[in-house]
Amino acid sequence: MAAQVIIIHPQDNVAIALRDLKKGEELFLPDGRPLNISADIAYSHKVSLEDIPAGAAVIKYGEIIGEAKGPIRKGEWVHKHNLDIEDRKR
Amino acid sequence: MMETFLGYERLDGSAGIRNYVAVMPSVACANGVVAAIARAVPEAVPLYHAHGCGRGVEATMHANVLANLGKHPNVAAVLVVGLGCEVIKAENLAVAIGTSNKPVEYFNIQDTGGTKKSTAHGIGIIRRMLADAARLKRRRFPLDRIIMGLQCGGSDAFSGVTANPSVGLVSDWLVDQGGTVILTEDTEMIGTSHILERRACNPDVAGKIAKMIADAEQLTHDLLGPLAPFVISPGNMDGGMTSIREKSLGCIVKAGSRPINEVIGYGEIPTKKGVILLDGPGYDMESMTGVAAAGSQLMIFTTGRGNPIGYPIVPVLKVASTSRMYEQMGDDMDINAGVILDGTPMQEVGQQITDMVRQVLDGELTKAEINQQEGIVCLYTLHPAF
Repeated sequence: MAAQVIIIHPQDNVAIALRDLKKGEELFLPDGRPLNISADIAYSHKVSLEDIPAGAAVIKYGEIIGEAKGPIRKGEWVHKHNLDIEDRKR
Repeated sequence: MMETFLGYERLDGSAGIRNYVAVMPSVACANGVVAAIARAVPEAVPLYHAHGCGRGVEATMHANVLANLGKHPNVAAVLVVGLGCEVIKAENLAVAIGTSNKPVEYFNIQDTGGTKKSTAHGIGIIRRMLADAARLKRRRFPLDRIIMGLQCGGSDAFSGVTANPSVGLVSDWLVDQGGTVILTEDTEMIGTSHILERRACNPDVAGKIAKMIADAEQLTHDLLGPLAPFVISPGNMDGGMTSIREKSLGCIVKAGSRPINEVIGYGEIPTKKGVILLDGPGYDMESMTGVAAAGSQLMIFTTGRGNPIGYPIVPVLKVASTSRMYEQMGDDMDINAGVILDGTPMQEVGQQITDMVRQVLDGELTKAEINQQEGIVCLYTLHPAF
């Protein structure tokens, strides 16, 4: 079956949607873990793979791409509204 | 145990993966004679370019680039064709190329009696060089002799998701084998300076990385003015990327994860192994010249929209980011990284690319070579001609 999300680096706490994901659907990550999608997430956008506390690092490519503005729940869409991209050189 | 490849021994200690005899104009005015020689002897590789005169600031850089293309490990011998009155003299290029101890000859069209006599003279030299080069046989060399250039062009939303991370696995493999990878295209590093600095082998290299990327950002503003944000701001990233850093991470991931050991300028050759950053433009054709002049025996070129271009003296291996483009332009693409979107593990695609790199090093032709997509030597310039 075609993959529905892709995790680029093993340390990442976000994945990339490979199709439009619908709120409420349950999908399975490549390693078999289930992931309940809690928002509509467009193709090629980011979805959180775990609960990320406010201020904690969001990691993609194994690198910090920003910090959570507030708590981000597993399965949530991650973008400008909840990701602080102010350059703190971390 | 270190892996090996089948290459051609050069007298300066390097090893080529191809055995070209090149005809190089010292100035664009000599392109016609170079073309006439190449038509008569199609086995010779013409290195057409548009420069060699009329430049102040860039003359030295251009001379270094042309000399380094002549010294390139994939080149067995070089004929430099000059006009006679140009800034970058054929004789000086020949002397510079000769420091690599390979056969090099030159003449000037003005001294030889014009086009027909120059062409006949050049054909004689080239036939002799080709006969000598044909006597050289491949033998085994350790992979630490290999420099692999990295390029991305015609990128799409999946270049940073499929093709580039897969190539990053290949970069890690080659560096772990003692080899070298060259990452360039400064504009595609904007936003990741602190990440690349952290990977520097020492504070001096970190400082050079910081300066190179800051200068690239400034230059983008200076050159593009109000259009700069379209290149460097997060505003146009509705494809799911939240910041410029995230976009650039998708580009620099081609170079894998190993330490950065040196920053070199356009027209320079690395003195270290491992991951090297080359300070150069984002424009593919000029970028590839910097990568070739640094001595890369092969290049990996990832592409989303599909770019068929190769390079005159360097095999270019094309990695497609989506199955759709791969199917549309299959004649031009060597590997389809788009299968990652269908569930193929990235490790598997990385392994496929690694296997193909091994074959290309040993002599198998890339699609760009089969299609004779050599193109011309495009040289970076920042200032106008006088």
